[in-house]
Amino acid sequence: MPNTIISVKIGAEAGQGVKSAGLMLAKLAIRSGYHIYNHIEYPSLIKGGHNVLQVNISKEEVTAPRKVNDILIALNQDTINKHVTEFAGEAGLIYDSEAKIDTSKVPSTVALIGVPLSKIAKEAGNSDLLINTVALGAVTAVLGGNLIILNGLISEEFGSKGDEVVKVNVTAAENGFKFVTENYKQHLKNSLSPLESLSNFVPYMAIDGNESVALGAISAGLQYAAIYPMSPISNILAVLAENQEKYGYIYKQPEDELSAINMAIGASYAGARAMTSTSGGGFCLMTEGYGLAGMTETPLVIIEGMRPGPATCLPTWSDQGDLQMILNAHQGDFPRIVLAAGDAKEVFELTMKAFNLADKYQTPVVLIIDKNICENAQSFPLYEYPEYKIDRGKLNMQKIEGYKRYASDPEGISQRTIPGVGNFFIANSDEHDEEGYSNEESDNRNRMMEKRMTKLKTCKEQDMEKPQLFGPESAEITIVSWGSNKGTITQALKSLENVNYVHINWMSPFPAEALTEMLSKSKYILNVECNYTGQMERLIRENTKININESFLKYDGRQIYPEEIIDKVNNIRSKK
Amino acid sequence: MTKMTDLQTPHSPNWCPGCGDLNIWSSFKNAAVQEGWDSSNTAIIAGIGCHGHIVNFVKINSFEGLHGRALPVATGIKMVNNRLNVFVFTGDGDCFGEGGNHFIHTCRRNHDLTVLIHDNSLYSLTTGQTSPLTAHGFKTKSTPQGNPDEPFNPLALAIISGATFVARAYAGDMAKLTEIIVEANKHKGLSVIDILQPCVTFNKVCTHAFYRENIYYLEEGYNPSDKQKALERASEFGEKKIPLGIFYKSDRPSYEENISQIKEKPLIEIPVDRATAGELFKKYT
Repeated sequence: MPNTIISVKIGAEAGQGVKSAGLMLAKLAIRSGYHIYNHIEYPSLIKGGHNVLQVNISKEEVTAPRKVNDILIALNQDTINKHVTEFAGEAGLIYDSEAKIDTSKVPSTVALIGVPLSKIAKEAGNSDLLINTVALGAVTAVLGGNLIILNGLISEEFGSKGDEVVKVNVTAAENGFKFVTENYKQHLKNSLSPLESLSNFVPYMAIDGNESVALGAISAGLQYAAIYPMSPISNILAVLAENQEKYGYIYKQPEDELSAINMAIGASYAGARAMTSTSGGGFCLMTEGYGLAGMTETPLVIIEGMRPGPATCLPTWSDQGDLQMILNAHQGDFPRIVLAAGDAKEVFELTMKAFNLADKYQTPVVLIIDKNICENAQSFPLYEYPEYKIDRGKLNMQKIEGYKRYASDPEGISQRTIPGVGNFFIANSDEHDEEGYSNEESDNRNRMMEKRMTKLKTCKEQDMEKPQLFGPESAEITIVSWGSNKGTITQALKSLENVNYVHINWMSPFPAEALTEMLSKSKYILNVECNYTGQMERLIRENTKININESFLKYDGRQIYPEEIIDKVNNIRSKK
Repeated sequence: MTKMTDLQTPHSPNWCPGCGDLNIWSSFKNAAVQEGWDSSNTAIIAGIGCHGHIVNFVKINSFEGLHGRALPVATGIKMVNNRLNVFVFTGDGDCFGEGGNHFIHTCRRNHDLTVLIHDNSLYSLTTGQTSPLTAHGFKTKSTPQGNPDEPFNPLALAIISGATFVARAYAGDMAKLTEIIVEANKHKGLSVIDILQPCVTFNKVCTHAFYRENIYYLEEGYNPSDKQKALERASEFGEKKIPLGIFYKSDRPSYEENISQIKEKPLIEIPVDRATAGELFKKYT
């Protein structure tokens, strides 16, 4: 592992502000010119339980969590107990010297940086809520970060709560910073000092997949979203709800996921760019609406953020076990376009693309993401999309003589219109004829099924993209994977020779020929995914007849670490 | 101007002769002609059941959705194009069995829709099983020993759930039904019309003759703004005691009237402006 990454883990009970402190530290890093990757783990609770967030900071791009921590900030005893084996070589522990904290199990190589967090918090503003701010000041000092930048962030973060709140937080951070500077000179590092090139510097964004879905949708001209809350996608709706009046679209919280997808279908039928989002359990309910959109040829974007299943399972953890469900859900056959993003930037780009594909092919488009992508912030330059054009496909808002909604077309795509312009048509869940009237005749059924399914062929020819290759053109070992494993694997590649990575974004239609060509050069194929049965391996086998040599499967809800990939590769080599 | 012939499709109704659906269909078309509803200003949403076939027999833009899901589809349509008259055709099984949850929440939110419930107290397209509105003890294919469940009162449910126009009509009185459909559409907010509709094939008790014998209209001077009174009258049901008419009416603003984004014009008529979307990104730096 390149040792240029500094990993800071903050641990506390839920409700103690781990997430906001981690985000603040990440922003301090990006404003100082660094890259970050935030990795958050927490149980499905609002108070109590154990929350941890690891902020990974580097001068180079950083795309995955690490197994070890350079600094552990323990806001409770539990954090030390649970992470005592994760210290890196020259690590430090920041803890509250005023609380009854037992550090006897901490390795002697670790610098113990006791800071009277609760005492400083009490003096600054008499609130336990300030403890994490004191800790932020302390870690900023240890890392050699800039207190002025931190104070600026505090002012922005708490500005809306009034000057007094800003003042006590600034005091808390400053006193934490000062205490460490004065008492632990020997442990101060230079890992977060602003980089020299900061004049005229536009900082990166620290952004996660949920936020990127919302921003992508707004940038793509979203007009209507109906989303029922569910981990891990709930923050998509929070961002959409907050900005709806400013950008003129409507966000609606429906009574359930059945309603969510049907409302979005109604809005789309009436002419709005529409979306919904959910996780696996909600998608089960949406299954019937998924095929309804296919049958009525109604454009629809569905964002599916995976978490472990079956049933409620591990609500706040990650998994990739919904792939085959999304590819197969609903009775009968209909054209479904299924994409999968590998990080927040891909989420942004594929969300925007999904809206155009839905309008072009008049069918549902699912973008699959996973909890790690949804909630782990990563640094990216400000998103830009100068090439993007809203493409509504064959949508016609004029009165058309002799209009037929489902008229035959060599590409399978008929002219679409909306109610209210005077063109008669029926969007019919029954099999229907060209105008939409119910029709059970054999010839008609065959023609309509073939017309709809032709869209996939058209999509394959006109829009489908081949998998992305990272690393050398040919290598001793080729890793195939998808979703959030991208960041883990590309980070691992930096420490591996003669290994490359094939990252798949298109699940349906599937880029079988391109993948076959890419993998035919491989000498040993390692498939990596987060589910029990190897759902991607099945998809590859079904489409390419390629033999995967080995699958590395993980289904405990935890993110794969780059260290695990490196171990796996070394293990394969040792057996050869 | 809508002429009766404008509403004609190449397909003739395939409901059983004497079915109440035929009366509801005719009454709706009469109302459409009277009010000028057509594909330039109106959308029809239907669920699944005998009633759902209506989309094939009225030449106005329509969406025949899934069983129980007509209301959320209609809701999505109305929110993005509140200029449309949106009519939901649904059955008692569709609306209160499979779609019960949607009904409660659509009432609560008071969307500006008109809901026509083809109420034959049965599942008829599946050849006659019990519905949430079937009387206790009634024998059907699924309850040959008699229905063990109690039905609920759709009017009372609509009123307590928040619908702001709640009426009951009888399919056989087409003049009155037409009038109520027109009134319901004019009302700003959720209008629910429970339409008593004999199933001539599977219900030999609630026949046209039965209804003619037992219905009456709410008296002149009845005040539909009194919610308590409305609940009381909605609970009446029995021999010579099936009241019809507008039970409840309130001027609570509709959901759509409270969406600031569509104060000026329907959402789909507003050009999408994403020029400033880039500003949002700065929040993350």
